[in-house]
Amino acid sequence: MKTRYSFGGDEHIFVEVDEEMSLDAFFKALSITNAVRDKAIAGVTEICPANASFQIKFDPDVIHPNDMLAELKALESAAEGAPKRMTTRIIKIPVFYQDPWTHETLMRFRERHQDPEGTDLDYAARINGFDSAEAFITAHHANPWFVSMVGFVSGLPFLYQLVDRARQLQVPKYLRPRTDTPKLTVGYGGCFSCIYSVRGAGGYQMFGITPMPIYDPTQTVSYLRDFMVLFKPGDIVKWDPIGREAHDQIAADIEAGKWEPTMAEVDFDLAAFNADIDGTNAKLMEALNGH
Amino acid sequence: MAIDVIAPGLLTTIQDLGRPGYFHLGIPIGGAMDRMALQAANLLVGNAEDAAGLEAVFMGPELRFDADAVVAVTGAEMPILLDGVEQPGWTALPVKAGQTLSFGYLKTGARAYIAVAGGIDTPPHLGSRATYAIGALGGVEGRAIAAGDSLPVGQAGVTRPGATVAPGLRRPLGSPTELRILPGLYWHRITEDAQKGFFADEWKVAPEADRMGYRFRGGKPLKFVEREQPFGAGSDPSNIVDGCYPYGSVQVPGGTEPIVLHRDAVSGGGYFMIGTVISADMDLIGQLQPHMPVKFVEVDMDQALAARKAVGGMMDQIRQALA
Repeated sequence: MKTRYSFGGDEHIFVEVDEEMSLDAFFKALSITNAVRDKAIAGVTEICPANASFQIKFDPDVIHPNDMLAELKALESAAEGAPKRMTTRIIKIPVFYQDPWTHETLMRFRERHQDPEGTDLDYAARINGFDSAEAFITAHHANPWFVSMVGFVSGLPFLYQLVDRARQLQVPKYLRPRTDTPKLTVGYGGCFSCIYSVRGAGGYQMFGITPMPIYDPTQTVSYLRDFMVLFKPGDIVKWDPIGREAHDQIAADIEAGKWEPTMAEVDFDLAAFNADIDGTNAKLMEALNGH
Repeated sequence: MAIDVIAPGLLTTIQDLGRPGYFHLGIPIGGAMDRMALQAANLLVGNAEDAAGLEAVFMGPELRFDADAVVAVTGAEMPILLDGVEQPGWTALPVKAGQTLSFGYLKTGARAYIAVAGGIDTPPHLGSRATYAIGALGGVEGRAIAAGDSLPVGQAGVTRPGATVAPGLRRPLGSPTELRILPGLYWHRITEDAQKGFFADEWKVAPEADRMGYRFRGGKPLKFVEREQPFGAGSDPSNIVDGCYPYGSVQVPGGTEPIVLHRDAVSGGGYFMIGTVISADMDLIGQLQPHMPVKFVEVDMDQALAARKAVGGMMDQIRQALA
C-alpha cells in the first residue's frame, strides 16, 4: 500500500490509500477519517471515507490547502498502527434474484452491454467460470458482505464480499452507463455489489432487487424514522434469496409498518478474519441467526 | 404571503446555498449553481445571502403574488416582465398584490435567480430548502415547482426598492468561456500528449448538462498510460476502485467525453478524474448553455487561490454596495 495525496481543486484533498481494493486499505482510510473527525480541524466541511481511499473537503479561506495536507499526513502516521477492528452490525437483506423489473430494464439497455444476446447474470456467471446463473447467484449470497463505502447517490452502499481474493467475483461495468435503473436494484461492478437507493442512471450489472427501502427522505418507513439513510461504512450484510411471493409480502408488510430488518450487533476484527475467513463468517452468521 | 405558480418554466427549483455535511452519505451540497447570482439577488431584497430563491434554467416561470412584495432577478439574462411590462435585472423591484411576474426568451447565460423579500419558506430538509430531485429532498416535496403550487414566503426584512448591482459587479461570460482547472487526482493515468491535448483542444457543452454535471464534447479522446488494472477497479482503463469525487472534478469515462460534476454531484464512483475546476469558476458553469465553446485552462494552486480571492472580493464589493 502506498498512500497518494492529491488536491481536488482548492477545496478538496483526495487520498488514495491503495490503488487496489482490500479491507486493509479500507480500515486505514476509515481510521484516518475518524481521526480527522476527532481532531475537529477548523475549516473541514466534509469527511468522506471510501473503499480504499477518502476525501476531505475544506474551506481554503479558513485553512490553507498546504496546512490541510500537513494535518492529514500527520494523522496518517498516527493511524498507521490503529487496530483494524470495529463493533458493528450484521443485517439480513432479502433479494429477489432474476426479478421481472431489472430484467425489463436490462433488456431495454442491451446495446450498452458487453453481451447483447444474454442477461447480466448469464454474462457474470460465464466470465467468472460458473456453469449457470443459479450457481453464480449461490456464490453471490453464500458469504456475508462488508459495506466499504456509502455514496454515489443518497445512501447507496458499496459492498465487498468477505472471502479471499480467489473467491472474489468480478464483473465490468456496462460499456456505457444506463439512463435508468429500478429503485432497490442489487447491482455489481468491479468487485463491488451495491443497492441502488433511488431510481436513476447506473453502470453496474443488475442481478435482482430487494423489497427493503434503504433511503427514505419522508422518514415514514419504520426502521428509517430516526435517520433517512440505513447504511454506514462497516455494516455487514447477508443477502437472503427470496422469491416473488416473499418479495411482495415483505413490500406490503413494510408499507403497513409491520416489518423490521433482522440484524445483530457483532465485532469484526480484520486480523481474526484474515487468519480464519470461513470461521469468522460462521460466527457472523451465528450472531445473525441467533437473533 | 405566497407565490402562486401559474407556469413553472422548463425546470425551476427552489435553491439556497445547500446542505453541507452529508456528502459521505451520497447526499450532495446542492444549492444554487451560480452562487454569487443567488447571493446578490437575496441582498437586493434585504434577505440573508443564503435565503431560498428560485433557480430557473433556460426558461422563466410565471408567478402571481398574493400580497405586495419586493423581488430581484439576477443571473441569466431574459426579459423580466411585471404584468407584461419589462423591468431591469439585478434590481430590487416592488410588486403589487395580484401582479404577475413572467419572462421573455433567454438571451445570455443559462440560469436566472429570483429572490423575494422574506425568502421562499418551504420546510428545510437536513438544514436546507435546496431541491435535490434525485434524492427527493427539499424544494416542494423534493421536486421542481409545478403549476398550481403555492410557495410560502417568509417575513420580509428591510427592503429598498430600486437598489441595483452595477453592471461592473456582474460576472461576465466570455466566449469561449475559460474554465480553470487544477490538474491532479488521476492526471498521471493519461499520456503527456493527452494532457497537452486536453488543454489545447476546444470543447463544447454537450446537451447532457444539468445540476449533477456538465458533459463536454469536441476534443480528442485521451490516451491512457498502459497498466494492469488494479484489483477491484474493473477492466476499462478509465476505471478505478470506486472512490470519492470532488465537486468540480473532471471525470472522463472511456477517455472520450469529460464530465464536470456540479452542485448535485454524485459523491463517488468508478471513473478516473484528471483534475478539478477551481472553486472560483464553478458559478460560471451554471451559466453555460449547450453547444457553447469552452476552453480548459491549466492553473496551479497559487493561481486557484488568487482567483478565489478575486471572486470573493467581487462579492464583498456587492455586499458593500448594497449595505
